[in-house]
Amino acid sequence: MTEIALKTDVPAPRANLNWLGLGVVAVASLAGLYCVWVLYALGQTLLAALVLGLVVAFALIFSQQRFYASRFIFPGIATLLLFSAFPVVYTIYLGFTNYSFLNLLTYERAREVLLSRTVVDLATERPFNLSNTDGQYRVFLPAEAGGLLSEPFALDGNPVTVPVAAVDAAPEVMAMRDVIKLREQLGKVTLTLPDSTTLVSSGLRAFASIRPEFELQSDGVLLSTVDGTKLTPDQSVGFYRDEAGKTVPPGWSVNIGLQNFQYVFNSAGIRQPMLAIFAWTVAFAFLSVSITFALGLLLATILQWPHLRFKPLYRLLLILPYSVPAFISILIFKGLFNQNFGEINLILKALFGVAPDWNTDPWLARTMIVIVNVWLGYPYMMLLSMGFLQSVPEDHKKAAALEGAGSLTVFFKITLPQILPPFLPLLISSFAFNFNNLVLVLLLTRGLPDMPGTLVPAGSTDILGSFTYRISFLDSGQRFGLAGAITLIIFVLVTVIAYANFVAMRRAAAGRPTP
Amino acid sequence: MIVESSRDLWWKKLAAHGFLIVFIAIIMFPFLVVVSISLREGNFSTGSLLPDRPTLEHWYLALGQTFTRDDGTVVPPPYPVMLWMFNSIKVAVIASIGIVAISTISAYAFSRVKFRGRAGLLDTLFIVQLFPTTLALIALYAIFDGLGDVTPLLGIDSHWSVIVVYLSWVTLHIWTLKGYFDSVDPALDRAAQIDGATPWQTLRYVFLPLAVPMIAVVFVLSFIGIINDYPIASVLLRAPENLTIAVGSRFYLNEKLYLWGDFAAAAILSGLPITIVFLMAQRYLVSGLSDGGVKG
Repeated sequence: MTEIALKTDVPAPRANLNWLGLGVVAVASLAGLYCVWVLYALGQTLLAALVLGLVVAFALIFSQQRFYASRFIFPGIATLLLFSAFPVVYTIYLGFTNYSFLNLLTYERAREVLLSRTVVDLATERPFNLSNTDGQYRVFLPAEAGGLLSEPFALDGNPVTVPVAAVDAAPEVMAMRDVIKLREQLGKVTLTLPDSTTLVSSGLRAFASIRPEFELQSDGVLLSTVDGTKLTPDQSVGFYRDEAGKTVPPGWSVNIGLQNFQYVFNSAGIRQPMLAIFAWTVAFAFLSVSITFALGLLLATILQWPHLRFKPLYRLLLILPYSVPAFISILIFKGLFNQNFGEINLILKALFGVAPDWNTDPWLARTMIVIVNVWLGYPYMMLLSMGFLQSVPEDHKKAAALEGAGSLTVFFKITLPQILPPFLPLLISSFAFNFNNLVLVLLLTRGLPDMPGTLVPAGSTDILGSFTYRISFLDSGQRFGLAGAITLIIFVLVTVIAYANFVAMRRAAAGRPTP
Repeated sequence: MIVESSRDLWWKKLAAHGFLIVFIAIIMFPFLVVVSISLREGNFSTGSLLPDRPTLEHWYLALGQTFTRDDGTVVPPPYPVMLWMFNSIKVAVIASIGIVAISTISAYAFSRVKFRGRAGLLDTLFIVQLFPTTLALIALYAIFDGLGDVTPLLGIDSHWSVIVVYLSWVTLHIWTLKGYFDSVDPALDRAAQIDGATPWQTLRYVFLPLAVPMIAVVFVLSFIGIINDYPIASVLLRAPENLTIAVGSRFYLNEKLYLWGDFAAAAILSGLPITIVFLMAQRYLVSGLSDGGVKG
């Protein structure tokens, strides 16, 4: 059947297709090169180089018949390089910069911002009048004979730029006190003179021209047109400095070498909480994996018992926590565990008269997060255990039982040693997952309650990943550079875990007869 | 099984059922409470598990309808739940289609196409899949912040940026599908080869039709994974009308504006469809996970 279908469906005149294909490859490559250029212009040199490499590889692989096999692997590799590998490398690179809320721009952009700043030149101040014809306003700037009259505009508080032109006679103007009432709206008006100078409102009764605050000198120094001070770019900190040495925002991001790492390792106010968070991350991941594994295995063993009835029903109910989207379950628990309005404390109060401080006591908060994670995670372990338990030969257990071993002994001596090796890679995967279980921490506690006396807000339920998330995006002034440095530390740890998993997987694969 | 006295067995059965029932009762508690709260008046947890005066207020609000209480006060919906739901589904569907396409082709390559460095690439892939995308959040933010200057389509607050990031989640699915392709009888593609089919044609006309159920499972899995994502969406999406349901739902439980009842209804509404889809797919999911992880 299949062979017949193949013969009728696939007659492809090769030569024609090739020309068409080559055309598509050429167009796509050109589009790719355009992207490279744009990225390079943006200052994303690293990304531009990567995309350039991918475009060249793409053009080669898809135009030459001898690279045919590589065509299948190209999409996957390109996706991984672009969206997995590159961002991680770039994050770590940022760890060596001072990229942060204060140093957000590139040098060129920071210079542009300063150069586009303007000051009102009070020396050019000139009085004005306002005329109003049916809600259409005109600004009149009187001169010795006649004056300059603007185009009509609606004075509705939105910013407007209107040209003005010379006229011979003054129009009918409004009383000054009515004009003063409109001063807020007038502040949004910009006038363009015929010689293209721009005027803005500079006081209650006057308009004045604006000029740039800084002039760019040939050596990169910015000279103030107001008081003649010089701003010198300091590439070691990513700021302009004035003559007194004070930094002037906005800053740009520069490479600062190992400063972030020195900061992490040398200042006690951040090293102490980092160590505490690291210890908790490991403890949290370990507790989560071991408790879910033990619970899952126990439930699977019970469900596997031949004398048990209603198995499908139990199974369905037991995996329910796994099938509800995690973000919903976590938020439900956030509500249930709420110290003041939560159901859990209501019940505990009614039954035992206690209301634990789930949200403010560090150890209770940690207990809570582990409880929630066990609730979320045991069904996965249970499902896996059920699969692995089935592969344990029944006669091994029978033989042991005939020798007089109790069911507990059978379990620990026969069953567990048989399922543990294939289970190990999955346990390590689960450890790695929980090591970076950001969704749980961010939705349940956001790391709170915070530890006292730290330089950077650090919570007692923070794991390393949520700690960097908070440094970058929540409450420490977007210190991306610092977070990048901590990410490198996490990266090294995950690499160790991943390698351990790799070894475990190899062993499991070797121990299993290949199908 | 081993001979056991019937009296012993009876006790064991009782213990097993008792344990399971108590355990399930504890596990189910959050669900029961949430259903009860969604039908209860007000936004605080007072009252019994069976509401004394059930109201559909929270359900109206969750569905985006204004609700008029008995005393005439009109309550507008606090958050655009349906819009967030739509955003989530849009992003998840588009990204999952991309993931399915890339992972099918890659899995086929790893399973059947011979090329140099295949084993090394497979090992790399296995290690890479343990590195979460959340490690790269800062770079992702920086990159898309920059790209936004060129085209808002790939900037902060664009759904396309998020979709592009989710494409990196292919690794796990490549493993799942590769495990499946490995189990396809090699005689099938040899037959196709003898008939002159190129590897691409073998994939298109032999493997693809065979793998449709497995591809559907990969689609569902990646769909659910994306719906559940919080960190990436929360960093890349900012405007209220652009949020996904996972990011938006968090607003309900703000200490300053605690909308417990409204949250309960919205949670059931957005959680139920995904739960049902998941329950239908879970049988395949677990075999895929354990096979994919262990087969070398």
